[in-house]
Amino acid sequence: MKIKSQRDFVSGIALMIVGAAFAAGATHYDFGSSIRPGPGYFPFGLGILLAILGLFILYSSLAHDRENGDPIGPIPWRPLFCVVGAIVFFGFSLTRLGFLISFPIMIVMTAAGSREFAWRDALLNAGVLTVVSYLLFIYGLQLNIPLWPA
Amino acid sequence: MDLLNNLYIGFQTSLSLINLWYAFLGAMLGTLIGVLPGLGPIATIAMLLPTMYSLEPTSALIMLAGIYYGAQYGGSTTAILINVPGEASSVVTALDGYQMARRGRAGVALATAALSSFFAGTVGTLAVAAFAPPLTTLAFEFGAPEYCALMFLGLIGAVVLASGSLAKALAMVVLGLLLGQINTDVITAVPRFSFDIPELTDGINFVVIAMGLFSFGEIIANLGKPAEQREVFVKRVTGLMPSRQDFKDSAPAAARGTLIGCLLGVLPGAGPILASFTSYTVEKKLSKTPESFGKGAIEGVAAPEAANNAGAQTSFIPMLTLGIPTSAVMALMVGAMTLMGIQPGPQVMTSNPTLFWGLITSMWVGNLMLVVLNLPLIGIWVRLLTVPYRFLFPAIMAFCAIGVFSLSNNTFDVYCAAVFAVVGFLFHKLGLEPAPLILGFILGPMMEENLRRALLMARGDWSIFVTRPIAAVMIGLSVILMIVITLPAISKKREQVFVEEE
Repeated sequence: MKIKSQRDFVSGIALMIVGAAFAAGATHYDFGSSIRPGPGYFPFGLGILLAILGLFILYSSLAHDRENGDPIGPIPWRPLFCVVGAIVFFGFSLTRLGFLISFPIMIVMTAAGSREFAWRDALLNAGVLTVVSYLLFIYGLQLNIPLWPA
Repeated sequence: MDLLNNLYIGFQTSLSLINLWYAFLGAMLGTLIGVLPGLGPIATIAMLLPTMYSLEPTSALIMLAGIYYGAQYGGSTTAILINVPGEASSVVTALDGYQMARRGRAGVALATAALSSFFAGTVGTLAVAAFAPPLTTLAFEFGAPEYCALMFLGLIGAVVLASGSLAKALAMVVLGLLLGQINTDVITAVPRFSFDIPELTDGINFVVIAMGLFSFGEIIANLGKPAEQREVFVKRVTGLMPSRQDFKDSAPAAARGTLIGCLLGVLPGAGPILASFTSYTVEKKLSKTPESFGKGAIEGVAAPEAANNAGAQTSFIPMLTLGIPTSAVMALMVGAMTLMGIQPGPQVMTSNPTLFWGLITSMWVGNLMLVVLNLPLIGIWVRLLTVPYRFLFPAIMAFCAIGVFSLSNNTFDVYCAAVFAVVGFLFHKLGLEPAPLILGFILGPMMEENLRRALLMARGDWSIFVTRPIAAVMIGLSVILMIVITLPAISKKREQVFVEEE
């Protein structure tokens, strides 16, 4: 057995797990019957279907040749960490620190995800975006966003 | 005449000052994102939705539609000038458009693209106006089984026309349907898959998913790639006016492209993309000088541009008449309508005639604006291409973050978006396409409700889907689609098309 497509191999396994999990979760709800389908009917069927599709993708990753093994490639940890971290930080700090503190920090955190990161550019960008967003969303569209630390 | 009367109602709405402004705003924004790399119409529409609550639904939808066809337009501009198609549907335009630009005919190529798009947009709008009412009448005959079968056909169509592996696209649709199951069951009011988190009992907002998958996930993936060098080939565009010979060459091609686009645009999935590919192939076959294609043939610009624009117009037909989206962008439009309190479906035409006809006629107005405004503005778009990505992605991120929070002024949505950012990145790495997922997610609850109603009607007999004629036709079509696409000859051809696209 040789993995001929790394991407399909991982996709297949992941989809099987997710499908099985949904199907297992659906058993907690009334399945009903075909005459009177309950809340568990549709998700159970879909979960099984997804698991079958996952199995099929897994099978094809072992059976069909691809060019150079269809590799997943290296994971760019830095952008992944910075971008996701910035979103989580924004969610956590917005209601606590307020827009004027939380927002520019988020922009700098995001910018740090790029290999071309430079403090000067990032700070400039954060300043401009904060002013523009303030004028556009808070002053202009009157969105209800906390400005100052609570 | 009814049609004229309807168009009159429509123009009364779409030519009002406020709606003209939103059509303009949408078309401009669309062009902008079509030109900018790494930002597509799906992400943009998702990003802007939260800010549209305060707008009148008609104005909001006019603007969203403007973004959609504006993006098609902007995509062709970059395809011609720098050989980078901004949107998938302008991939073919790059083949001959860029060659024309290299020969100093960039202006002519841009003008040809604009004029054929406008012509196609006009015909497409008329087609929508003419065919929407009869289809709406038909739609009133639909019961739960028909709707369910129709959605099934739509989902299968979307899968078949998605690029890459069929099984993976199908899996994405099913995953989308499953994510749509995280909600409170409409019939029994049982909360499902909510893990006792109160926010989840209302379901995940589709904007959160779209932003996570399309904006954040894409940003992470883009940052992981080596920096892209965008060389702007043409600094100044001169000589916009096509010659008499150019007109003679391109007019029939544009007309054929329009026809192909109108027909294929209605198909679920990648209607406009398929239309542009097909029309290019047709022109090459019909041409007396097929060897000139790929070397700057003007027909090779006129036909696909007309086709993708006509397709973009007619892809509104299923959404407007049946309330059923056939692509991810249309799914977002359906979501937007629901958010604004309008139930999409055949009743929109009678209950909201100004919205319905206003939207249709605004497409023509928007197309006219694109031609009139964009040709003189080409210089600005060209300059925009030189904005480095390191300034661009924090801006995308900023607008998305504010948008997600203001959906319901809740940080839970922001955390959800973070989760989908990781998921979107994984999809990118694993070669899984997020567009079919969005479609499945939006259709999921509708499909479940109709499926359960249909089964209830039939007392649990699944044969209801084949004994009722309309439903049977749709199920039959879906089966034929699936069989055809797995035929070796076709699947090979299909692979070729999508490899060329990448």
